[in-house]
Amino acid sequence: MIALADVQKRFGENRVLQGVNLQIASGTSMVIIGGSGTGKSVLLKCILGLVRPDQGTITLDGQDVTKADRDAFLARFGMLFQGGALFDSLKVWENVAFRLVRGPKALPKDRAREIAIEKLRRVGLKPETADLFPAELSGGMQKRVGLARAIAAEPEIIFFDEPTTGLDPIMAGVINALIREIVTEMGATAMTITHDMSSVRAIADNVAMLHGGVIRWTGPVTELDATPDPYVQQFIHGRADGPIESVR
Amino acid sequence: MIATALGALGRPVLQAVAAAGRVALFAAQVLGHILRPPFYLRELGSSLLQIGWYSLPVVGLTAIFTGGALALQIYAGGSRFNAESVVPSIVAIGMTRELGPVLGGLMVAARVASSIAAEIGTMKVTEQIDALVTLSTNPLKYLAVPRVLAATLAMPVLVATGDAIGIMGGWLVGITRLDFNSAAYLKNTVDFLEAWDIGSGLVKGAVFGFIVAVMGCYHGMNSARGAQGVGAATKAAVVSASVLILAANYVLTEVFFTT
Repeated sequence: MIALADVQKRFGENRVLQGVNLQIASGTSMVIIGGSGTGKSVLLKCILGLVRPDQGTITLDGQDVTKADRDAFLARFGMLFQGGALFDSLKVWENVAFRLVRGPKALPKDRAREIAIEKLRRVGLKPETADLFPAELSGGMQKRVGLARAIAAEPEIIFFDEPTTGLDPIMAGVINALIREIVTEMGATAMTITHDMSSVRAIADNVAMLHGGVIRWTGPVTELDATPDPYVQQFIHGRADGPIESVR
Repeated sequence: MIATALGALGRPVLQAVAAAGRVALFAAQVLGHILRPPFYLRELGSSLLQIGWYSLPVVGLTAIFTGGALALQIYAGGSRFNAESVVPSIVAIGMTRELGPVLGGLMVAARVASSIAAEIGTMKVTEQIDALVTLSTNPLKYLAVPRVLAATLAMPVLVATGDAIGIMGGWLVGITRLDFNSAAYLKNTVDFLEAWDIGSGLVKGAVFGFIVAVMGCYHGMNSARGAQGVGAATKAAVVSASVLILAANYVLTEVFFTT
């Protein structure tokens, strides 16, 4: 279980997170929704240790993530970045196998390549893509390679940062379906941040809405439409009028 | 009034000292990681190729034209007091002690510091550096250490090559434009050149290579977001590397030749 208690982070005068409390049960898929600039990515980076919170605690299975052995902690995670974040100088298979060929449990190159090709196949890419460079791929293919890299080492926890941003609706649907399938198949704990409601409905078991630096509402995705919370209602229906200012 | 003026004066000084401290800490961290595993040999090889091999043409061209111009200048100056015969030895000493390492360092700063800063800066703004962290890889170790090591090892080789080409540039001008005898020119060069003339230049080269790569990596890793941020990081890398090379050259010259 991932548990956040009173997590706060500010950048200068901008108090991005003002006391986030959230729990993500093992084996479930949590989707964090919220408008642009509400701190969703900062929250995710705090959990991963890429950004250090000013206050509060983040625990993974009861252990404070800031005090855990970093390599062992990160070995449990996979992450799909918003823009893919593929390494330009490496071939596709080398990107996917990046973690597999490094560290104390490094695999031989041939075996790592086999696994990379298997993962590429899992996300719907042909083995021929393995020897291409990221710049030779379309946006949708880059997202799939990023997904293959995130699952290559079969992590227990996978984070998805805006997985469908910049994709056409069909490709977004394909990526959403892939994420749902893979998370279910692997039994992984997933945390996704998005403002794409089709992703929310396809991926989530539970949803949390981040607004004003705190979790405004959280609950099962089945209760999302029925909640009377005006912030959630305005957000999920994309209304300009409501308690959330349209110009932020 | 006085406090405001002092504040205006002190603020940039404090900022400059803080920036120098950050760079020094960064350089110390890089040095600390050089001897500790894991070692990224493939990245080191690739950096040696990019920094060393691909810089040869620009360093060679700089050296040959500089050697030629130096021969013409020394001849013109020497003729004022009938000392034209010093051209071969002064060209050789000037190239090996000063112009080879300094101009080579500046050309490599322009070519390599900019390229390193732009590459790492782009990696930062496209979250590739964050991705490295999530893949249990220390970005400093994976990106900075191989580049710094490669530049420190490659620069002396580039300087030695530049020295040889520069001396040959002087020889070429000497025998074609200044009526020197080829064998006499080369004999003069060899007779008056000492091992430390060459060695001091190579040491300077290693220091300049270290400076170039550290400044490229530091500014790349601290690049601000967006194209403007990467552009600013690239510019800062080249300017700071160039100024530091010139400053370090003065300090090293003091240490090597005045004590």
